[in-house]
Amino acid sequence: MLKVLDTAVPVACWSCSIGHNDVTLFCPHCSKIQPPPGGDYFSVFGLKPHLQLDLPALEAEFHRLSRKLHPDRFARALDNEKQWSLADTALLNDAYRTLKDPLRRTEYLLKLLGAEIGPGHDGKEDKTARTPADLLEEVFELNMQLEEMRMARRMGEEDPALQAALSEAKAKFTGLLEAVDWDLRSEWKLWDEGDEPARLAVQKRMVALLDRRRYLSNLVRDVTETLGS
Amino acid sequence: MAELNSTGRVVGIDLGTTNSLVAYMEGNAPVVIPGVDGSNLVPSVVALDPIPEGGGRPTVTVGNSARKSLIQTPERVIYSVKRLMGRGLEEIQSELKMFPFRLADDVEAGEVPRIQLGELKFTPPEISAYILRQLKRNAERFFGAPVTQAVITVPAYFNDAQRQATKDAGRMAGLEVLRLVNEPTAAALAYGLDRAKEGTIAVYDFGGGTFDISILKLRDGIFEVQSTNGDTHLGGDDIDNLLLAIALDEIHAEHGVDLRGHPGAVQALRRAAIEAKIALSSEQAAHFDIELPNGDRYQREIPRGVFELLIEPILERTAGPCKRALADAGLTPEQIDEVVLVGGSTRIPAVRQLVDDLFHLAARGKKPHTELNPDEVVALGAAVQADILAGASKSTEEMLLLDVTPLSLGIEALGGAVARIIQRNSTIPASATEHFTTGVDGQTNVAIHVVQGERELAADCRSLARFDLKGIPPMSAGLPRIEVKFLIDADGILKVTAREQRSGQAAKIEVKPTYGLTDEQVESMILDSFDHAEEDFAKRLLIEARNEAETILAAVERAPLSPAWQQLTQDEKAAIAAASGHLAALKQTEDAPAIRAATLVLDQATRRFAELMMEAAVSTAIRGKTMSDAGDELDEAVTAPHAMAPAEFK
Repeated sequence: MLKVLDTAVPVACWSCSIGHNDVTLFCPHCSKIQPPPGGDYFSVFGLKPHLQLDLPALEAEFHRLSRKLHPDRFARALDNEKQWSLADTALLNDAYRTLKDPLRRTEYLLKLLGAEIGPGHDGKEDKTARTPADLLEEVFELNMQLEEMRMARRMGEEDPALQAALSEAKAKFTGLLEAVDWDLRSEWKLWDEGDEPARLAVQKRMVALLDRRRYLSNLVRDVTETLGS
Repeated sequence: MAELNSTGRVVGIDLGTTNSLVAYMEGNAPVVIPGVDGSNLVPSVVALDPIPEGGGRPTVTVGNSARKSLIQTPERVIYSVKRLMGRGLEEIQSELKMFPFRLADDVEAGEVPRIQLGELKFTPPEISAYILRQLKRNAERFFGAPVTQAVITVPAYFNDAQRQATKDAGRMAGLEVLRLVNEPTAAALAYGLDRAKEGTIAVYDFGGGTFDISILKLRDGIFEVQSTNGDTHLGGDDIDNLLLAIALDEIHAEHGVDLRGHPGAVQALRRAAIEAKIALSSEQAAHFDIELPNGDRYQREIPRGVFELLIEPILERTAGPCKRALADAGLTPEQIDEVVLVGGSTRIPAVRQLVDDLFHLAARGKKPHTELNPDEVVALGAAVQADILAGASKSTEEMLLLDVTPLSLGIEALGGAVARIIQRNSTIPASATEHFTTGVDGQTNVAIHVVQGERELAADCRSLARFDLKGIPPMSAGLPRIEVKFLIDADGILKVTAREQRSGQAAKIEVKPTYGLTDEQVESMILDSFDHAEEDFAKRLLIEARNEAETILAAVERAPLSPAWQQLTQDEKAAIAAASGHLAALKQTEDAPAIRAATLVLDQATRRFAELMMEAAVSTAIRGKTMSDAGDELDEAVTAPHAMAPAEFK
């Protein structure tokens, strides 16, 4: 899935037999649908990998390609065209879903570049995230409060002071989360505009920011759940 | 006739819990096709007639005629079968507590449960197939031509097994199901057809047995579903069952009669409960007045206020899904521009009030959309989607539906947790690729368990399938790298493929659905495949004969416009008139051979006319054109000879 296209091997179109570069969804000669191309998600939209995306333009391109590729357009086509329409549209949808979301997009780009990042915004549980050093003390206290709150809940008691403390902690950590998002955005610009050595440094920082963000968002979710239950 | 398979009409079918409909696109507008009784709604009721005298297989009836059997022979009737589609044994057992039918005695765990109907047993898809076959017949009667392709609607919140069961039912009924469309989305298509709408709409679909909420964004003819939620165990049936249970308890307490053992009486009471429910949508009170087996009368007045209090817990269950759908779409109620109401249960004033509260409509000076009949709107939308798929119509060529999967797809990880691989509300088709390896040296199989649902533990989710990756080349533990691709197709159904990457071998997989029929089972359940083959053939002959008759009659009608007509003698004209009058009268009968004979007679009578027209065409050709060019230039009246060429009886 995360294969970077390194060579543009010409392949022959199944329909007109003329060779074409394999990062295309349609044959440039006879316009027939082609099997899923080997490129990355950016190339599906004819883009080079970058992080500051023009979302309205991305959506317009998504709609334009959907009209051409969707299985509804191939309900009475040849069996192989049906298969490719299905596979191509799945690729288009997967690509759009990933790129339109800022965090998924950042993670995807980093993985594409070979970074090891924890499972995150695709819904998989992450049990291994380490507590950021600057937050150790606060997180320790927060976990104590959360445990107290759960205990109180189980006993059917209300503790307004604890509730207020947790709400305050939630606001603080939500603020930290927003700060991370802000930092990420400025890194995007640096990456998009940077040269190769600059990009490597940005990538390292983005991996760290994503780890921190994942940790914080789990924390906020825990607090929200405990407060809400 | 063979070419009809690729160019024939595609119909849209709403296979409902309570009623089913079939519709098609007539020009620019979808139209519901009525049944023989003139009614647009075919009750989703299937009955088994008594065994014919002298033995043999009893006939199955569907719709209004089947509904009549509900009170006389309740043990031979089944309804609301949609609630049983794609469900496992335990779920069906709990569902059946509310209904008078029972499971066959010999049902085994792991197989699709069968329902006892009289002396026969049927799986839920087979029962649905009978309903679909009735709709197919209604459409064929209407068109006078075979119908083999359809779009069928399903609740948006249907899972993989329920969708597959619906597709199986279509196949058993002799229909190629070109697409399963979600009901609320279909309704949005029906509403979006006549006006180029832009904006965000919510479709609140509260039907007989299921509840769905879908939020869509409309832009440039693209209907993009943002999120969907629902409850496949919630509908008007629940209201009926509640009223029924109260009445049964009261009758027991006040008159000392326990009707629960009398299926016929329970059905009569159920019908009274449904009538009361319907009346309460327009009246302030409804009355029960039922004669009991002991001669007593059960009389009861239900004021609307009491009814609304009783059903409040049921209606309240629709609020949670609406809020979750809004949250998943990242929208507030104020950001919903329009709300569309679908399903018979949305006629209840208390339901409309709830919708108004959920989406803050009155406060914003808005009203929910109810312009299209809530019983018909899903079928109309299915017809629109059928037209999109047929791909030959101007009115729908700009329209495209982008739907989502309602439930997350995951695989069971070590320790029973779920690793989600495709999130709910992902636009479909959607795919995910996962890599697996072995844990033991030389291991050649890897077992994978696929689940659907939002819970953290696999045991709490719906088990979709278990499969083995087989034929992995023996290697050290952890060395094989098996790539498994999960693909949810445009019908919302999962497909799995696998490949071992180091050896390049395609690992063999057998996906065994946790619930559902195998291909072979579906094949063996195809209706009419064997015992009704003769009847089907006769029917097809009749349809073909009528089509031919219609073609030649239409040509005869246009004939007087042609110059060649003037060259015929009065006797020849009279002979054509007589033969066409005879054929027109016969065409309505069921007698295919007689229709064919009369078609031949008319063909003979028009032979000289056809020759005269052919001469006119040839003389055009003499002026330096080929026959085919000349044919292209001929206007409609002159194309008549083609239609009047001897009918080919294959």
